[in-house]
Amino acid sequence: MVGIVEYGGYIPRLRLDRRAVAEANAWYAPNLSGKARGSRAMANWDEDSLTMAVAAARDCLGTAEDRGHVAAVFLASCTLPFTERLNAGVLCEALTLAPATDALEFGGSQRAGLSALIQGLVRARADGGKVLVIGADNRKAQAASGQELDYGDGAGALLVGGDKVLASFLGAGTVTVDFVDHFRQAGRETDYAWEERWIRDEGISKLVPQAVAAALAQAGVAAGDVDHFIFPSSFKKMDEQVANRCGIPTEAVVDALLDRIGDTGTGHALLLLAHVLESAKPGQVIVAAQFGSGAQAVVFRVTEEIASFRPAKGVSAWLARGVAERNYTKFLSFKGQLALERGMRGEQDRKTALTTAYRHRAAILGLVGGRCQETGRVHFPPSRFAHGQGQGQPLQDTQVPYKMAERQGTVLSWSAEYLSFHRAPPHTYGQVDFDGGGRILMEFTDVAKGDIEAGTKVEMVFRIKDIDDLRGYTRYFWKAVPVRPGQALEQQAAE
Amino acid sequence: MAKGIKDRVAILGMGCSKFGERWDASPEDLMVEAYVEALADAGIAAEQIDAAWFSTHMDDVGTGRGGTPLSIALRLPDIGVTRVENFCAGGSEAIRAAVYAVAAGACDIALAVGVEKLKDTGYGGLPVATVGTYIPQWYPNAVAPANFAQLASAYRTRHGVDAALLKRAIAHVSVKSHANGARNPKAHLRNTITEDQVLKAPIVAEPLGLFDCCGVSDGAAAVIVTRPDLARALGKSDLVTFKALQVVASNGWEMQANEWDGSYVHTARVAARRAYAEAGIANPRKDISMTEVHDCFSITELVTMEDLGLSEPGQAVRDVLDGVFDADGAVPCQIDGGLKCFGHPIGASGIRMLYEMYLQLLGRAGTRQLVDPRIGLTHNLGGQPSQNICSVSIVGLEGV
Repeated sequence: MVGIVEYGGYIPRLRLDRRAVAEANAWYAPNLSGKARGSRAMANWDEDSLTMAVAAARDCLGTAEDRGHVAAVFLASCTLPFTERLNAGVLCEALTLAPATDALEFGGSQRAGLSALIQGLVRARADGGKVLVIGADNRKAQAASGQELDYGDGAGALLVGGDKVLASFLGAGTVTVDFVDHFRQAGRETDYAWEERWIRDEGISKLVPQAVAAALAQAGVAAGDVDHFIFPSSFKKMDEQVANRCGIPTEAVVDALLDRIGDTGTGHALLLLAHVLESAKPGQVIVAAQFGSGAQAVVFRVTEEIASFRPAKGVSAWLARGVAERNYTKFLSFKGQLALERGMRGEQDRKTALTTAYRHRAAILGLVGGRCQETGRVHFPPSRFAHGQGQGQPLQDTQVPYKMAERQGTVLSWSAEYLSFHRAPPHTYGQVDFDGGGRILMEFTDVAKGDIEAGTKVEMVFRIKDIDDLRGYTRYFWKAVPVRPGQALEQQAAE
Repeated sequence: MAKGIKDRVAILGMGCSKFGERWDASPEDLMVEAYVEALADAGIAAEQIDAAWFSTHMDDVGTGRGGTPLSIALRLPDIGVTRVENFCAGGSEAIRAAVYAVAAGACDIALAVGVEKLKDTGYGGLPVATVGTYIPQWYPNAVAPANFAQLASAYRTRHGVDAALLKRAIAHVSVKSHANGARNPKAHLRNTITEDQVLKAPIVAEPLGLFDCCGVSDGAAAVIVTRPDLARALGKSDLVTFKALQVVASNGWEMQANEWDGSYVHTARVAARRAYAEAGIANPRKDISMTEVHDCFSITELVTMEDLGLSEPGQAVRDVLDGVFDADGAVPCQIDGGLKCFGHPIGASGIRMLYEMYLQLLGRAGTRQLVDPRIGLTHNLGGQPSQNICSVSIVGLEGV
């Protein structure tokens, strides 16, 4: 028996208020007022589908240092930052997975999340290894389009395997046809979509039920026995219509969180699966379906093991910790759709020495420092010599790799400055002392005025460090964010 | 135990350009301006100079790399010229090299010149520095104000100082330097300011506002050094001699060992201790007549007073507000306006500080002349508090 053994997700902290967007665009597109309800998840400037995938994977895998049980990583996305350079390879480095880890990418269609999940299950069943399946998207739409309001950013992650299965895999169904509801040619930034009624009536309504029926048939489960039906679609009540067509009870339809975070794309079904698993009961049947170039569906039954696992934070906690963002120009700027004056400091060349990046990939991508075996002191970056006690012979080559990403820290000193070019001023950074040793002068992200003081407890997040616009290269490193309890969506981003 | 530098080398002559937004001048013009004054002051011919050291920080803003920008600008007489570069402590490094060469007997007369032409960068504030291929991949794209502002956040925590009180104390630092700079015809900024202006100025890097930051200036300074016996043979009588020249470079301890609390500058404390030992100074607050310290930001000056032992740890806030370091205080600081108002052309600053000490010790400081100064201290901090090169130099009248 294979199935889901761990789960997690990630939703960016910023939640763009749809009313603010509609109001900003009312002069041009008054029709958007019909969508001016709720909020959509909005990636920070230093987040993309890869950093969100890392965040979801960490939510799923937890803080354990040993991740040797992950045999393969399947990353699904239609918005990966690199077309050529294995994005999943960056993710493996960030998660400090072993070089022997297989890493594959899935894309080309919104259903790629479930495609990756099904392939992960097949792989796990075939060779017994655990496969980390992640779906993530940092979605981009034309300014003042309906998609801009419908879409959201986020990621879901599931670890599949054969031991301690939380939800056993019962069956899957696939329909592959070239039904083009929307497309995006290579090199283009945003989608081109066809008429909504045709997509609903000729596409979703006909194709998704075929996939669901095939999956239920393989699972040997009657449609009426489905307890949770996941079908992400930004079309109003589309999930209920599909459920009805499939014979699945309406009450089984899972809230797709569209009012709160929008449709996060390729990873949305995985994100919703992770959310459902937080409260699912043993014996319940979960069906998840995704539409795109046909459709795909998968069936699980929750096991008695379900209570034995909790994600590091979980989708509910990510949902709860959002801050409202009402600044539409900030959203456009973060999406690269508004060229703001950068000043002379914005002209700085951010070319990356790939040789250096490779040599130090463990430190940069994995946040791996060096711990001196003689003194116990932690050095970042790791070095040939360690700081001794101020006496005696130098401590040479005494450091062993020491993972720091899952450790919390405390702010020793900080400042927030308005001088350098920064995509979300003020640029805030300072010294962070890690629990267990180690100190890094690092940037803070997802912070507003007053969030950082000396003594503030912080944790690490994998983020975009710099963007080399000249050559089209994104560079990643770790940043510190305050350790926060979940909080209601009342507070507005203050910066 | 090394014998030290005390009284082994004397200043033969010094010069300093007008600092400021020198739109009219090239780096070569500024070097010439400082050098011509120094040469005339020394009363020697250029051919008598045996070797030169050249301090400039930014190689891409008109001064260039290597020693030739100096030798060509000054048409030096076929001598060795070495470029030294140690961030903001570069000028002090050039002095140290020239003084050590003379003390070693390798040269009779040596020249040190520092220059920077910051206003040709186009930046208000220092330009972005390049720091190799590895550091930018993990280190924040940090700027100097925020690097130094962190002293304030850590200092508040370490000493339990109220944020508003610290802000007021560092405002006093800037008000004092403006008052001093107003009396210096070569200073960049010659306006007086009020505490209220400082407190209300726009924030550059929390908690530092516009008036907490030093000027970004063009300028050059030059010093010619020799042995005391040669200085006398060349007709000099009142000699200003070097008592101590100490430089300490961070070894990374501050940023890695989890021991430094971020509220002070470790290298400054070590350099000061060694400089006092070299100069034979037992009680700095009593023995030092005046200081020129690296007041790149107001918080730096405040913390430096403790690092130099001129204030007890945690007491600089009170001492600053009590006027201890004002021109009429117990230990005047930045009589010439300091980096804050004289200006901070990076490579020249260490030599500019020495220039003020030299003028004051010889009684040539005009309307800002102090009464009977005998020992002066200069302090440079290159880099940032957590990773830096710090110099502490002590000069004084011969025999003091």
